[in-house]
Amino acid sequence: MHNFTPLSGLLGGALIGLATALLMVLTGRIAGISGIFGGLLSLKASDRGWRLAFVAGLLAAPLLAALGGASLPMPAMPANLAVVAIGGLLVGVGTRMSGGCTSGHGVCGTARLSTRSITATAIFMVVAIGTVAIVRHGFGA
Amino acid sequence: MPVSIASFVCGLIFGIGLLISGMTQPDKVLGFLDIFGAWDATLAFVMAGAVAVSSFGFAFARRRPSPLFAAKLNWPRRDDIDASLIGGAALFGVGWGLVGLCPGPALVNLAGLSVPVVVFVAAMGAGMLSYDQWRERRDPSHTDYDAVTARADR
Repeated sequence: MHNFTPLSGLLGGALIGLATALLMVLTGRIAGISGIFGGLLSLKASDRGWRLAFVAGLLAAPLLAALGGASLPMPAMPANLAVVAIGGLLVGVGTRMSGGCTSGHGVCGTARLSTRSITATAIFMVVAIGTVAIVRHGFGA
Repeated sequence: MPVSIASFVCGLIFGIGLLISGMTQPDKVLGFLDIFGAWDATLAFVMAGAVAVSSFGFAFARRRPSPLFAAKLNWPRRDDIDASLIGGAALFGVGWGLVGLCPGPALVNLAGLSVPVVVFVAAMGAGMLSYDQWRERRDPSHTDYDAVTARADR
């Protein structure tokens, strides 16, 4: 297996879980990033404050890591800018249409044992695996 | 104010978790999704760790009369499976599989201000806004488009 890092995966995952738990215990909100970010952009939103604060926290994480000596994230992209833009558009439309992404449906919804979220998670996982199979191995193409 | 500070701290912890887990690296995410190639199972551990801690936290939240800084818990109300859920999840899956970024990691990566990430987040925001606008025009009474971050308080 390639680049397998189960311990940092578990630790990072536990921190993600801790953040979702704390947000619910402290503010009564679900930590679904597409919902938080989409609601921040929404023209009708009346509760932008906590959404903006959460997104600022997300952005502060790599800045804090940079203070500790890490470099700012400049991830290598697997595709050219046109594909990146199409991917971003699909992620935006798809997460609003289904009401959640990897965090809201995948983590919080699965933790709540929501049929709706578990269904969404199964679908986006299978479709993403299929997409990578077609792009990388040309299955069905 | 306490709500904003709590939200900021939760976003910060969430972001640090994403960085440590490897979810902010498209290569790593695609390595997990590439089950027919050199499969990297790490993300299964990320999900397992996150769901485990989240379950305990939610169970704890349910036992308390109310959240510390708010009047009540805003659990998502819907649990039906409709065409929007299926179609939306499928579209999201294609985008995630093409680029290897989902919304949280995309926002964390935005701090590096690299051109592809800025393009991805701008396109993602445009997609979210256009879908919401379209949905609103089709059904002005519809307010529950945001089923996960439920707005039960409205």
